[in-house]
Amino acid sequence: MKSKTIVLFGRLMKHILRSPDTIITVALMPIAMMLMFVYVFGGAVKTSLGDGVNYVNYQLPGILLIAIASGISYTAFRLFGDMENGFFARLNAMPIKRSSVLWAHVLTSLVSNILTLVVVFLVALLMGFRSGAGVLSWLAVAGILVLFTLALTWVAVIPGLTAKSLEGASAFSYPLIFLPMLSSAFVPTETMPAVLRVFAENQPVTSIVNTLRALLNAEPVGSEIWVALAWCVGIAAVAYLFAMRAYRRVA
Amino acid sequence: MSDFAVQVKGLRKSFKTTEVLKGVDLEVRRGEIFALLGSNGAGKTTIVNILSTLLKSDGGAASVCGLDVKNQADKVRQSISLTGQFAAVDGVLTGRENLSLIAELRDVPNPAHIADSLLERFFLTDAANKRAGTYSGGMKRRLDIAMSLVGTPSVIFLDEPTTGLDPEGRLEVWKMVKELAGGGTTILLTTQYLEEAEQLADRIAILHVGKIIVNGTLAELKKLFPPAKTEYIEKQPTLEEIFLAIIGKEGANK
Repeated sequence: MKSKTIVLFGRLMKHILRSPDTIITVALMPIAMMLMFVYVFGGAVKTSLGDGVNYVNYQLPGILLIAIASGISYTAFRLFGDMENGFFARLNAMPIKRSSVLWAHVLTSLVSNILTLVVVFLVALLMGFRSGAGVLSWLAVAGILVLFTLALTWVAVIPGLTAKSLEGASAFSYPLIFLPMLSSAFVPTETMPAVLRVFAENQPVTSIVNTLRALLNAEPVGSEIWVALAWCVGIAAVAYLFAMRAYRRVA
Repeated sequence: MSDFAVQVKGLRKSFKTTEVLKGVDLEVRRGEIFALLGSNGAGKTTIVNILSTLLKSDGGAASVCGLDVKNQADKVRQSISLTGQFAAVDGVLTGRENLSLIAELRDVPNPAHIADSLLERFFLTDAANKRAGTYSGGMKRRLDIAMSLVGTPSVIFLDEPTTGLDPEGRLEVWKMVKELAGGGTTILLTTQYLEEAEQLADRIAILHVGKIIVNGTLAELKKLFPPAKTEYIEKQPTLEEIFLAIIGKEGANK
């Protein structure tokens, strides 16, 4: 007997595979940004980074986080759709474990974001991304990306369950997409004005980006990985609490 | 086993400061079609949602097939099916996929076979492999009701099954509902259309400002109210009859 979460996950994956616009927006937007950063700004930024810096490598972690932030807006979108048309209620009145409905959405979010990230990695490879990272470093990269996706997925569940309109359900992701711009993801923070620099150096994206960058470049990660992990786990935990509270109100 | 598929006693429910249900009593016998009639906002959907375990009541008792909806919610869900106010079909999936999805979730053996037989029964075989999002309102509703039949639940809740449908779609749905009840399924439906209750229901309850104000068969209700007068009037066709005659679908067999 198949798990109900898996049955419902299969249903949601059909949604993704059957809406080409979702796939295009989710994968193409970060790829377009990567092209822009590397080929438009890259030349200018490189001069301030010093010789020997591979800018494709440098900006990739930021692009990956942007890809996740835009990907999870569709998690909110799908959840809102199920709330809106009564499908959620239909499932909740059926003899299945109620949490399987929510977990199917979370699982779909993880799998679809991982697929997007793989595509972004492949494009980066074509653009000149090279990594000397070992297996353990790659596992750490994968772990951090999955953890970050999970954290933002729980964030996305909140508007998905509580929004009053479709726009409201996905609007929350814009600041998340923008956050990497105000971090060390694309330019060194040293060049920023003081106030911005303080923000940039202390927001979650910077520690996550620096950790991913160090891991991918096979450089020592230092203690920043713990800050990055603390942010991911912290965001996941807080978002999970609020998401569950919203969930209990509707289910 | 009791003769009643649904028993509700003194049911109360408030949302914030608004008291929606102020002590509702009703009983639905096994195998009958019971219509809950009331205007918009009377609390019909609230009753249905409590009975289908989606909402918790504030007070009173409600049971389905002798099972308490609060304490035995899991068991209640085995014996019920809910067709909500809006056709809750998955527009991205095809009609067949919608049905087999529900069959898989309900652990019905041979989901594909169940899907095919329901598609046939609800005249959806031709559209079986089209996405449900492309269906007409009437077809969506038929699929919606078909999905509720998967796993043959003994009680079906239909919340305003024909709201928003065109006359053809409405007649189609009525026909389905009558067939269902003919098969022994208990049906509790809510409606704001008097004609619908008159056409379908064995018994009718009128919900008004949070209470059931009358409850009985159509004949019983008729006795309560202004006595019949004998008048001679010329019977003009209604616009609905004209409409259906023109498009040639009287009786709506599709």
